[in-house]
Amino acid sequence: MPKRTDIKKILIIGSGPIVIGQACEFDYSGTQAVKALKEEGYEVILVNSNPATIMTDPEMAHRTYIEPLTPEILTEIIKEERPDALLPTLGGQTGLNLAFELARRGVLERYGVELLGAKAEVIAKAEDRELFREAMRNIGLRVPNSEIVRNLSEAEAAARRIGFPIIVRPSFTLGGTGGGVAYNIEELREIVEQGLELSLIHQVMLEESVLGWKEFELEVMRDAKDSVVIICSIENFDPMGVHTGDSITVAPAQTLTDREYQRMRDAAIAVIREIGVETGGSNIQFAIHPETGEMVVIEMNPRVSRSSALASKATGFPIAKMAAKLAVGYTLDELPNDITRETKAAFEPTIDYVVVKCPRFTFEKFPETKDEITTSMRSVGETMAIGRTFKEALQKALRGLEIGRFGFGADGKSPSDRGEVLPRELIVEKLARPNSQRIFFLREALRAGFSVDEVYELTKIDRWFLYQLADLLKIEDGVRGRRLEELSKEDLLELKQAGFSDRQIAFLTGSSEEDVRRRRKELGLRAVYKLVDTCAAEFEAYTPYYYSTYEVEDEARVSRNRKVMILGGGPNRIGQGIEFDYCCVHASFALRERGIESIMVNSNPETVSTDYDTSDRLYFEPLTLEDVLNIYEEEAPEGVIVQFGGQTPLNLAVPLAKAGVRILGTSPESIDRAEDRERFVELLDKLGLKKPPAGTAFTVEEALEVASEIGYPVLVRPSYVLGGRAMQIVYSEEELVRFMATAAQINPEHPVLIDKFLEDATEVDVDAISDGEITVIGGVMEHIEEAGVHSGDSACVLPAVSIPRPLVEEIKEATRALARELNVIGLMNVQYAIKDGELYVLEVNPRASRTVPFVSKAIGVPLARLATWVMLGESLKSLGFTKEIEPKHISVKEAVFPFRRFPGVDVMLGPEMKSTGEVMGIDQDLPLAYAKAQFAAGMRLPTSGRVFISVRDRDKDKVVPVAKTLLECGFEILATRGTAEYLKNCGLSARVVPKISEGLRPNAVDLLKNGEIHLVINTAEGKVSREDAYLIRRFAMELDIPYATTISGARAMACAISRLHEADFRVRPLQDYYREIPESYYLKRGLL
Amino acid sequence: MQPKERLKALLMLEDGTHFWGWSFTGPGEAFGEMVFNTAMTGYQEILTDPSYRGQIVAMTYPLIGNYGVNTEDSESLKIQVEAFVVREYQPRYSNWRAEKSLGEWLSENGVLGITGIDTRALTRHLRLFGAMKAGVTTEDLDPKRFLERVKESPGLVGRDLVKEVTCPQPYRWADGKIEWGVSEFLGAGDYRIAILDCGLKFNQLRLFEERGCECVVFPADTPAQEILARDPDGIFLSNGPGDPAAVPYVVETVKQLLGRKPIFGICLGHQMLGQALGASTYKLKFGHRGANHPVKDLSTGKIEITSQNHGFCVRAEELPPEVEVTHINLNDGTLEGIRHKEIPAFSVQYHPENAPGPHDAVYLFDRFIETLKSS
Repeated sequence: MPKRTDIKKILIIGSGPIVIGQACEFDYSGTQAVKALKEEGYEVILVNSNPATIMTDPEMAHRTYIEPLTPEILTEIIKEERPDALLPTLGGQTGLNLAFELARRGVLERYGVELLGAKAEVIAKAEDRELFREAMRNIGLRVPNSEIVRNLSEAEAAARRIGFPIIVRPSFTLGGTGGGVAYNIEELREIVEQGLELSLIHQVMLEESVLGWKEFELEVMRDAKDSVVIICSIENFDPMGVHTGDSITVAPAQTLTDREYQRMRDAAIAVIREIGVETGGSNIQFAIHPETGEMVVIEMNPRVSRSSALASKATGFPIAKMAAKLAVGYTLDELPNDITRETKAAFEPTIDYVVVKCPRFTFEKFPETKDEITTSMRSVGETMAIGRTFKEALQKALRGLEIGRFGFGADGKSPSDRGEVLPRELIVEKLARPNSQRIFFLREALRAGFSVDEVYELTKIDRWFLYQLADLLKIEDGVRGRRLEELSKEDLLELKQAGFSDRQIAFLTGSSEEDVRRRRKELGLRAVYKLVDTCAAEFEAYTPYYYSTYEVEDEARVSRNRKVMILGGGPNRIGQGIEFDYCCVHASFALRERGIESIMVNSNPETVSTDYDTSDRLYFEPLTLEDVLNIYEEEAPEGVIVQFGGQTPLNLAVPLAKAGVRILGTSPESIDRAEDRERFVELLDKLGLKKPPAGTAFTVEEALEVASEIGYPVLVRPSYVLGGRAMQIVYSEEELVRFMATAAQINPEHPVLIDKFLEDATEVDVDAISDGEITVIGGVMEHIEEAGVHSGDSACVLPAVSIPRPLVEEIKEATRALARELNVIGLMNVQYAIKDGELYVLEVNPRASRTVPFVSKAIGVPLARLATWVMLGESLKSLGFTKEIEPKHISVKEAVFPFRRFPGVDVMLGPEMKSTGEVMGIDQDLPLAYAKAQFAAGMRLPTSGRVFISVRDRDKDKVVPVAKTLLECGFEILATRGTAEYLKNCGLSARVVPKISEGLRPNAVDLLKNGEIHLVINTAEGKVSREDAYLIRRFAMELDIPYATTISGARAMACAISRLHEADFRVRPLQDYYREIPESYYLKRGLL
Repeated sequence: MQPKERLKALLMLEDGTHFWGWSFTGPGEAFGEMVFNTAMTGYQEILTDPSYRGQIVAMTYPLIGNYGVNTEDSESLKIQVEAFVVREYQPRYSNWRAEKSLGEWLSENGVLGITGIDTRALTRHLRLFGAMKAGVTTEDLDPKRFLERVKESPGLVGRDLVKEVTCPQPYRWADGKIEWGVSEFLGAGDYRIAILDCGLKFNQLRLFEERGCECVVFPADTPAQEILARDPDGIFLSNGPGDPAAVPYVVETVKQLLGRKPIFGICLGHQMLGQALGASTYKLKFGHRGANHPVKDLSTGKIEITSQNHGFCVRAEELPPEVEVTHINLNDGTLEGIRHKEIPAFSVQYHPENAPGPHDAVYLFDRFIETLKSS
């Protein structure tokens, strides 16, 4: 069937901000889909609130709305655009839910919008537990039994039907707390009773336990002629009980015979047909009993997913692109396989390598939450590695995680590397309760003499995987203690084929990474590169997508053309995510535009940068010195771009330069001047710029001395960090002593840095670009939250609205001076604080910052692209960007947080970055743009109702105008005693609500639970006595009640609410905004 | 670290290209045509598929042996390949049905398995230069000398391998078991299927039995009269190894059966039918061996993902007008299925009985039974 001609205009909904469970993979899939539909001549309308995406670049879709993803806003856009169809399956769960909601509200019908790929009934059938169970029963498949109960007797009755063991999950609790596994009726009673108590809606779900069953996923595609193909099978290393996003996963499935695999394949095909997904991709999860082979269906996602992105990267088959083309009527046999060109998309990829994905966790950011992984996803990113053996792929993945490990131990960082044997009880606990470090505890267990069977009993990780781990230890034992020179080429080859890094070999042989590298080269042992080609070499492949291994043949097709290597950002983490991938992708586009080949190196399967057609050549490799140097030597590019991938490539800049690599743009020397604290101080002194008084300390005594000298409060942190890790504001000697006790453990080699904390200062972020001659300001962003809140967690507005003009000029001048002094070629970010009219420099980052995409979107100039050209030697003048753009519209960036996933964590903002993503609100003035950003971030600001206010003493006077504004808007004010009295003294009416600790009911939490509070304003002092306040904030977050934890945030909210009384949101595409900016890159180039 | 007991092995192709690896089955030596299979699962089925007689099989999936071997998944009574080549053999297996390791099973059967080969480089070489003669050895490790021996070894073209794999005497298939010597239908099923065994796979019998058919299997050289004398409802021509042009006697038998009883052929059986209908066969450069080949059913337009294992192909252009092409391979457009428009006879080049591979094409067995019903 050829494509449909009865539809012309298609709406695509993105997935919004990066949150746990929904990351860059939906930018990857959405971007593919937009491109695919445009290629077919359709007009594409895109909506997404996330500015850091490639899909929201104005050149991608025809009309691009960066607007909140709410049904109301979507309705406005549909009204405005009148699309013929909506493709709901590419924007993750957010996009799917929103499309379903629009269908439910009749919006789609009213405006004649057709749902492509999956109709509303299909979505309901796949998403609704009961409908799904019923559908599975129709095709002779089973899902684990479960029932929802409201009291003990219901629970007991249900338990008889389900059978033990039973998993008890309280519905809707504070952070998913409570619940557990019941093995008998007594335990069941106990856990259910507790669960009912914890559940906000007094419900618990009882579920048949399939804990420990083997877990598999199949990625399935179906076309309009009912042809169905399986793109990839995935086997989870961690069995059932761990969310697949938190599992180490392996492709293809390793432990199923063909008969068993085909049975699962048949089931998957039956599922997609029964649910009725007409066209596109679905992900279906299965569990298999390890001893009997019994199979159950766990769930189905009738859309592209994180797993489909992984499957695409694992096989080379572009699922999202194909899903888009199938949605408009093509069939699989009509679409070419881009990789082989001669064959069609109607086939099943076969792979001749092993793919391992490892999740990246971030428990260190949330110390209040126990490091345990369960069925609720906690990881914030992932890395994927490809090898010719499982051992190789696993070790590559572990070093690709960038957690300071260089493989499966043997890197000097495991206790067993030091000859220590961990206590048996500790090992047992760490194996039996899945946690982020379990993979390394598996090593310790085997080293401590646990047998594979014992480990299996504790973990239910399939023995096949455990054998592989045991093999690694055996290989390691064969080398340990031998000298490097004693190892033959054959010995080294065996190590390299099992994925051992040079660092591990160095550790095992008591030599250095450099020595191992040299020795390998002497012996003629170097990495070879093999192709990912969807067909195991059966057909010629044209797409240059490579991975390294150690074998006979090297397939890399190295060209003699001009070429540049780009280092990506590796796995997402808090502080380093999609923003950097966005920059890398722009670098690739920029190179292509100049006819220079781009060579992308990255290990993150979620990203656009690792799409096979983003760059001329893609190396899917860990971002370590060894792996990068190998590629550099293979390709011999004219230079390497390190300033776009965040801290990962930046940290490699100096060692790479030392190894003779040419770094493009700002020199490693300059990077070091900005990163090294002492050199940075010299730099500022030279330029006559100020920074907050500061000092360094290696001991507690030193720290106390420094702090008393510069005066409390002080900001303390260990050196060399990203994302403000372990950074804290300290108000007293006592707190400082406590901090030193923990910080000293973080990094004994580096001192603790102590800065004067500028209380109530305004923070400013500046992104700028420099070609060595001139520096152009990209944007001056004024933070909404005061200094002390990490810049990544603070909302900000562009242009700066409340900073006096002369001060803005001073900021720009300082930025230019810094760029000049550091001889910046490319991008630079500077953070300033303004206190009492004085300007302080907080930080200079001679690299792309997190805000580059936001600024680029706000001003209509792709800064990263220009920066790439600048690094190639072009001048800003020749690029036509010599003057700062000050748009008339207002852009607000707001951060989005993962608190819900981390029980026990306070939602207060601080110097330690905790947000996972961001949204952007654009409108004609700050209050409206801010309101949009809030809605986009999930804070649906009320325009009336009750506001609960409780602020610390220092904030009492500042909250008065906020309260006044809200009263004027018709809000009723509820407040704790102290705050209420203060407000009353200022002539504002407020009703007193008891604190929980006062024992009177109903208290603030009762009112929150009952839906009687619609907005919460709460500030608290440091880390002391905040039990009450903590619960109120936490409940507000859990219950989706908008809240502010800073006065500045509350002020902005009140303004926004007040403004919403006069004006409504107006939706407007980026292209229209840019038409009003004569200097906009896109307008000037006729790209709108 | 190098287990010194590792036994070095040499894989030599007739063009002199060679690879070093290790035996995981003890000493040995074998010759045959070097082919690769791209299926990621199903090594036990592949090893026991008689169509591989005369061939050394390399798996493109690098890890082989993961799930061991069991007694249920064999497709014939013995291991059929001449030798087996993998990238990383897995001596320790894990699966609830596994009974022993792949290596133990191969060595018990005297079949050489070698590991440590850059199978991707090997596959690329075969793709570029075609399937060719090869040898593997742990005994004659002098490449020059061994190359000469590889060159001297018999190839596949023109060689009748069917006689090596066909059953020595007729048998009846009942409840998944062989009843040797029973060449009569006992009325145990709805339909009587006579099977001409050129190297059949048990799953063909299993699928017929599941569909209520009684199967009697005849050696490939059984004369047509003898088969017709059992009055079967339909005749099934099985798959088998080697050059289809080397078994003219089977073609002759098929000619005599044509029009007398409904015929269904698979793989070599398809090539037999094609030849009986007047078309010749030709050798593909490197054949189709895997479980992911897309085939289009021209009558419905639907795609089925199929299991394939063939090195030869029927020339579509030589088929007479009364024969229509029903299936084609989407990858390279080669002929995958034919049907006689006037008499009940059809065949496919691929393996609807799967094992290993997807079950998409099992409907052809039902289609054959429909044919039996209507004749």
